[in-house]
Amino acid sequence: MEELSFYDEKGKYSGILAWLMSTDHKRIGLQYLLALICFFSTGVALGVLIRLSLIAPGSILNAQQYNEVFTVHGIVQIFLFIIPGIPVAFGNFFLPIMIGARDVAFPRLNRFTWWLYLTGAAIVLLSLFIKGAPPDTGWTFYAPYSIQTKANVSLAVFGVFVLGFSSIFTGLNFVTTIHRMRAPGMKWFRMPPFVWTLYATGWVQILATPVLAITLVFIILGRFFGVGFFDPSRGGDPILYEHLFWTYSHPAVYIMVLPAMGIISEIIPVFARRKLFGYHAIVLSALGIATVGYLVWGHHMFTSGMSDTARIIFSFITFLVAVPSGVKVFNWVATLYKGSIELHAPLLFALSFVFLFSIGGLTGLIIGSLAPNLHVHGTYFIVAHFHYVMFGGAGFSFFAGLHYWFPKMFGKMYSEKYAKAGWLLLFVGFNILYFSMFILGYQGMPRRYFDPPPQYHGWEFISTIGSWLLAAGIIIIFGNLIRSLFRGEKAPADPWGGKSLEWTISSPPPPENFIETPVITTGPSGYGKT
Amino acid sequence: MDRGNVETQIHAATYRTYVYVWIALLVFLGITIAVAKLSLLAQYSVIGSLLIASLKAGLVLVFFMHLKNEGWIVKGMLALAVGALTFIIVLTFSDVWFR
Amino acid sequence: MEKISSATEGSIDYTGKKIGMWLFLYTELLFFGGMFLLYSVYRSRYSAEFHASAMEENIILGSTNTVILLTSSFFIALSIAAIKAGRRRLSTGLQLATIICGITFLVIKYFEWAAKIVKGIYPDSSVLLGMGQGETLFFGLYYVMTGIHGIHVLIGVIIISIMLSLTQRGIINRENFVKLENTGLYWHFVDIVWIYLFPLFYLIT
Repeated sequence: MEELSFYDEKGKYSGILAWLMSTDHKRIGLQYLLALICFFSTGVALGVLIRLSLIAPGSILNAQQYNEVFTVHGIVQIFLFIIPGIPVAFGNFFLPIMIGARDVAFPRLNRFTWWLYLTGAAIVLLSLFIKGAPPDTGWTFYAPYSIQTKANVSLAVFGVFVLGFSSIFTGLNFVTTIHRMRAPGMKWFRMPPFVWTLYATGWVQILATPVLAITLVFIILGRFFGVGFFDPSRGGDPILYEHLFWTYSHPAVYIMVLPAMGIISEIIPVFARRKLFGYHAIVLSALGIATVGYLVWGHHMFTSGMSDTARIIFSFITFLVAVPSGVKVFNWVATLYKGSIELHAPLLFALSFVFLFSIGGLTGLIIGSLAPNLHVHGTYFIVAHFHYVMFGGAGFSFFAGLHYWFPKMFGKMYSEKYAKAGWLLLFVGFNILYFSMFILGYQGMPRRYFDPPPQYHGWEFISTIGSWLLAAGIIIIFGNLIRSLFRGEKAPADPWGGKSLEWTISSPPPPENFIETPVITTGPSGYGKT
Repeated sequence: MDRGNVETQIHAATYRTYVYVWIALLVFLGITIAVAKLSLLAQYSVIGSLLIASLKAGLVLVFFMHLKNEGWIVKGMLALAVGALTFIIVLTFSDVWFR
Repeated sequence: MEKISSATEGSIDYTGKKIGMWLFLYTELLFFGGMFLLYSVYRSRYSAEFHASAMEENIILGSTNTVILLTSSFFIALSIAAIKAGRRRLSTGLQLATIICGITFLVIKYFEWAAKIVKGIYPDSSVLLGMGQGETLFFGLYYVMTGIHGIHVLIGVIIISIMLSLTQRGIINRENFVKLENTGLYWHFVDIVWIYLFPLFYLIT
């Protein structure tokens, strides 16, 4: 008999309202996913436009336009895509299922976060189009320029403020859910690693995002009421803005990357057919990254005029935070060792994560050292570093999760052939695009310049070619998935041989997730003798 | 049924506790104003007033907010949040004081 | 081992809802924390100017407001004990008393602000800018911190009013009182913020 799927459930509303008004975590997760993909694609388009303008000496965008484009590119990719990112799409969809629950602790709050996200996004987009200019401050909104510029900064910043609350309430919901709604037998150290990363991330969302919120309020107050907390002529200190801003924005990168690492910890065991190596170390390293990552924000400010004492302390702690990340990389590789590897798309993306994130992480150590930082701060070296960790890391993990869980969410299989083709273009394009930037940065090319000096033309040109390959890869990937939605083979409950709870229910899942509440007797298990 | 009687006693005790806490809070308020007016220990006034404020906040937390009756999870979470804020302030001062 | 909730129809997870409220309060702690951070940095840099500016504050009004908020916390704590004992009228009466305290606080605050504004002391005014950088920062922080705190008081008053209505209608009762308890938690937090604001702006010696 055909099982009822959550798509078929008839509630109080019909049509699009049945989705917008739904408190079902699966419907909310899918709506978020759609929005994320739209905004990501917009951000990629803006990135391609930036690269186009940099392809040769001369300019397609003038200086003012260039400032606006890279600002909006940053705001869209960071606040509308990668920070909400994996938690709101895959966290929402799979967290309750993976712990054996029917839904999250606060389903109506969950729906509210979706509405907040839409509202915040709308406000940000409004700031681009209404009278005045799109923000031109960089996504970092540094004072005093952000207080003085005529651009629509207050509106954009208010949009980000609203988005921040979406993030805060998501984190609050997930932390409470994990504490209160685990099925019988689902002890803490039996939870899947992805759930642990959502827990750690939830805490970061709760404890870091409010600092951004008050900082954004200070910008708005400065612009409207002349409250000059960061204005030196009024006794203020611009470096304090940077402290407040980065106190959030550094932990924010762990909001981006911790759930991404959780996905990798889910995928590698399945496709290597081996139990995850060092489960406890993986779990503790996630908590360690969240905790220590809270204390390193000053490494964004080494050239700002901070005291030497602070610089030494922040550099030291920055080196410490690399340790738990390293633990994860070693454990993932150890899981693969002597495994029976099935090179499906999810694993391809996961392996890419390990490779690209490692490059990003290692270059992070270079940047975290005080002396080299003086040379590479504000150059393309930084741009390359953060794209390797945020895009090569969290972004590729997003694609990994998207392919891994596609059969479960949509009940269809995607085409492996096109997935791999898309991956190849994306991977090659990515490295051409961004590795060139390491070289450019090392050679001294500053970032945020609308027209590079002619001596950088060679690598700028190569980098732009990379952006086209990357964009082509993304188009193939999304095209494949969209086509598979309609034409794909019907997916079984467990196409990959996964061991976590989502693979024990139908694809797509029934409305209440489980017919009977599961009783758990083991942790994430292996595949026979190791 | 004796249960009603026991319950009334529990409630009476609770009301009484709240009254004592309220009086203590007002007393501490008086102390903090007096200390400020005295200006004898001027350089310690920041620490002094923050300490007394923290005592008052502690009373509100433990008794009015029932932290006394909560498990270690709620207490642990509070410690985490306060710890986070503390570290933020301390690390920022590692810059501000040593410039 | 914690008790696991199954979120079935009709049953609510009392502990879960309380944890959710505490977590929200921690976000508020960090939100105000950013302001206290700025205050502490600028106070350490401009201690003399902060001291001079604090003379402008009215200690009597500030102390009165502190007494009012402490008492309002007392009232709402009592109101929760009352509803747990099934004493609906006592609880609603105490909630009303809390609301009156909150409104009084805001009225007094209005007069304090008005007194300063009339003298030309407000952000970006030529009077304030003419007073010096430390003073500009002090009063900027004063308006922002007491203003944002005041907004929280106002929101609290509104929420308690809603709770009052729910208690009167019996929706909040001796079995189901977590909404009121969480409201109390929020109100106590707002009280705690003021417990710190008061000495920092009124009692600098």
